[in-house]
Amino acid sequence: MDITLYDLQVYWWLLVSVIGALFVFMTFVQGGQTLLYTLAKTEDERDLLVNTLGRKWELTFTALVMFGGALFAAFPLFYAVSFGGAYFVWMAILFCFIIQAVAYEYRKKPDNLYGERFYEILLYINGSLGIFLIGVALGTLFSGGNFTVNEMNLSMWTKPSYGLEALLNPFNLAFGLMLVFLARMQGALYFLNALDAPEVTARIKDVLKKNFVIFLVLFLYVVATILLQDGYVYDPKTKEISIESMKFLHIFLDLPLLLVVLLAGVVTLLYGVYIALFKESRKAIFFTALGTVLTVIIVMLILGVDNSVYYPSLADMQSSLTIENSSGSYYTLSVMSVVSLLVPVVLGYIVAVWRSMDKTKVTIEEIKSDPHHY
Amino acid sequence: MEHSELLVDWSRAQFALTALYHWLFVPLTLGLTFIVAIMETIYVKTGDPKWKTTTKYWMGLLAINFAIGLATGIIMEFEFGTNWSNYSWIVGDIFGAPLAIEGLMAFFMESTFFAVMFFGWNKVSKKMHLLSTWLVAIGSNLSALWILVANGWMQHPVGMHFNPDTARNEMENFWEVFLNPNAVSKFLHTISSGYVLASLFVIGISAWYLLKKRDTQFARRSIIVASSFGLITSIFLLTTGDESAHQVALNQPMKLAAMEGLYEGEKRAGIVAFGVLNEAKEIGDDAEEFLFSFKIPGALSFLGYHDLNAFVPGINDIVYGNKKHNIISVEEKMKQGKLAIAALSEYKTAKKNHDMPRAQKALEVFEANQKYMGYGYLNDPKDAVPDVSLSFYSFHTMVGLGTWFLVLFIISLYYSMTNEMHNKKWLLYVALFTIPMGYVAQEAGWIVAEVGRQPWAIQDLLPVGMAASNVARTSVMITFWLFAILFTGLLIAEVKIMLKQIKIGPEGH
Ligand code: HDD
Ligand code: HEM
Ligand code: HEM
Repeated sequence: MDITLYDLQVYWWLLVSVIGALFVFMTFVQGGQTLLYTLAKTEDERDLLVNTLGRKWELTFTALVMFGGALFAAFPLFYAVSFGGAYFVWMAILFCFIIQAVAYEYRKKPDNLYGERFYEILLYINGSLGIFLIGVALGTLFSGGNFTVNEMNLSMWTKPSYGLEALLNPFNLAFGLMLVFLARMQGALYFLNALDAPEVTARIKDVLKKNFVIFLVLFLYVVATILLQDGYVYDPKTKEISIESMKFLHIFLDLPLLLVVLLAGVVTLLYGVYIALFKESRKAIFFTALGTVLTVIIVMLILGVDNSVYYPSLADMQSSLTIENSSGSYYTLSVMSVVSLLVPVVLGYIVAVWRSMDKTKVTIEEIKSDPHHY
Repeated sequence: MEHSELLVDWSRAQFALTALYHWLFVPLTLGLTFIVAIMETIYVKTGDPKWKTTTKYWMGLLAINFAIGLATGIIMEFEFGTNWSNYSWIVGDIFGAPLAIEGLMAFFMESTFFAVMFFGWNKVSKKMHLLSTWLVAIGSNLSALWILVANGWMQHPVGMHFNPDTARNEMENFWEVFLNPNAVSKFLHTISSGYVLASLFVIGISAWYLLKKRDTQFARRSIIVASSFGLITSIFLLTTGDESAHQVALNQPMKLAAMEGLYEGEKRAGIVAFGVLNEAKEIGDDAEEFLFSFKIPGALSFLGYHDLNAFVPGINDIVYGNKKHNIISVEEKMKQGKLAIAALSEYKTAKKNHDMPRAQKALEVFEANQKYMGYGYLNDPKDAVPDVSLSFYSFHTMVGLGTWFLVLFIISLYYSMTNEMHNKKWLLYVALFTIPMGYVAQEAGWIVAEVGRQPWAIQDLLPVGMAASNVARTSVMITFWLFAILFTGLLIAEVKIMLKQIKIGPEGH
């Protein structure tokens, strides 16, 4: 059987969705960063939380870099159109991540110029604004952007606010907030799993409950909007783009497997929250992780399959991006597909290292005894 | 879609700013990860806890540097999209691949094992810890590999063809891109420059302890490791620097001419060992190139072409052409380039109207002139010349300092072996003040490489004017200043923290 260009495009959209989903799960680090003052009441407790997150933050950061890299290699036109057009949104996101990278290392160091509080504020901005803006940017995959692409495939943004106009759309805002509250839930569950500090973990349930309720409301609103909204589709023969009402609902009816996985994802996520709240389980995070990853994969995947448009243009419908008109060449996608065989290897060593490092739970005493702590 | 010059200049300035900042931290990471891995290996072999203290101390400084390296790195990757979006489409099919591979192969390795290296001392076995330290070193050098494959391709594009239907370059041969001789020499030269810088860093800081007469055993130990490492790697650095110059001569003759301020080409061309450029000199006039200069005859021909008698073309030969040496003038290339651009757009229109014969004809014209398509976007032949004085002085600063570092390593290795280093005050001061010189050489090297390839984003293929994003100039100005303020603020904090840690010292007092 020959592998067609279309097969490779679908494969790469799937991979991008998987990396995106793993990133969304890994934002538990960011969620945790926004809980420093909610969960910790003393300075020692705060140090404990920061250090617990400090062993994982680089993975989240790298997952974001990887998400960008994979998009660049596989869908370069998206890279060009969106990053070069929604300029201020992406720049704002990057600023929120630049400040994270130094905050852990510099927060506790003597003579750090701005003081401990300052670096904690940076962590807070990264955890809230950073994730919110990423959500807004992902939301535009459903709600569209203001760009045109000419016959040479060179692109142009048609709004002088260069992406900031996305903040006026309630769907995008809800998408962003939804990710923030998801991250906070996951952050709380991560602490529940990683800490050995009963005074801190006693506060987690309450936080989890509140954030979960808000998340759930936003999630239902986002899903309902996606299912009921008009969507762009393209004709596989002529590549002509047109509007179809309730497009995403139709995709689920066309491809019921996607619906099954989505439901499985949501149920797993709910189960995780349930056992954390009612079964005193510390392992809840693994269920919410799996649930999040499955759900996000499907939410991303429906943008790319079944003749769907994944980045609608509000300025010129025919300029909209599909996995077919924006991808790398056959050759490049096949080379990169070979490279992608490394993904399981990388995931494998990450999991192995994670397990060996987290065998013992983190305690305040441990942090205090190690001069190299954050 | 050509852009206003000001927009392009701001985009270049922003890229230069962020790259130069990133490069303040990367070389130390490249080298220090290896130095700590060597130190830890000695610790594991001998079991001597003093080596553990030594290792941990340098790791502490590495962590401070590493954090800000990550902070400045993330922006670089995304800037290709935000500020060079036409570029991202026109060459993304080739250029995106190494960037993605870098993330997958290198960055995950670094960030995963970094956590073990720092927090794993009591959590994993000694051997596993040592392995993690080595993997961080290998990971950081792998990230250098892939990004330099990408950069080497910009200096010397190979392994691809232009697809008129998508209006972009597409990859044809991955191995050609990966094994691009330019990328190979760039990789080797750049990582060795990182090793040299890290050695200077370790020696300089240890010298400060000796001057303060504290932690002398620790300092001496560190100096021996760093001087040996620095000596070996700086010999390698000079060798690969020579190879880099050879590659430049083969693929970027204009850059070589600018590096040496050579306007009129000649056989047995010399290298300026020492010289001051005549700033009043213009392209095409016959004013003197130098106010004064001392040249080593034949050296440039030899460095560039490994042949004392080779002809090295000057700036005027390349701009105006030189029949005798078969050099086509820029004007002629521009003419052909403009034909190619017109034919491509004719091809597009004809295809849109389903006029196949017309499309076929346009395609033939395009293919005949395609080689110089990039030149078609230039407005003036003189635009093909990079900034000569910046290239010249940066190159000479780098080479001069490289020679000096080699000498310093020899001296410091000798005196640390004979255990006389702590008595040589002058040497200790010199070692301390050579640390900033290492950074100067680093930045100068990149200025040679990047300024020297102007006006090309991709050599001969895509000028910077075509590569930029279509955003408003004010947007780029805003982000430029935000970066300048943010990075400077972080840099000052980093330096303060680093100095404090050095004062605290290996024993924590
Ligand atoms: C400690 C830093 C350092 C030192 C002492 C040297 N270099 Fe270097 N050089 C670099 C650090 C560097 C660099 C920062 O790593 C560059 C920038 C781009 C690159 O490929 O490496 C570079 C670039 C670079 C280039 C331009 C390559 C291009 O444009 O693609 C040449 C021709 C040389 N070097 C040659 C030399 C020679 C002949 C040296 C010594 C005698 C030398 N370098 C010492
Ligand atoms: C335009 C060019 C560049 C881009 C796009 C880029 C991108 C990045 C990114 C995204 C990171 C953060 C990685 C993480 O998440 O772990 C990073 C860090 C790093 N980069 Fe760069 N980089 C560039 C230039 C270079 C060069 C030229 C080298 C080496 C020769 C280099 C070597 C490194 C290393 C070793 C690190 C990790 C350690 C540290 O930051 O100190 N980079 N870079
Ligand atoms: C980290 C080390 C690097 C430094 C210090 C550096 C330095 C510079 C400088 C000074 C410029 C401005 C040139 C000018 O406009 O006159 C520049 C431009 C640029 N560099 Fe680099 N560079 C580095 C690595 C890279 C790498 C690895 C790549 C690609 C993979 C790259 C791609 C570019 C691009 C796209 C531009 C903007 C377009 C242009 O002006 O040519 N740089 N860089």
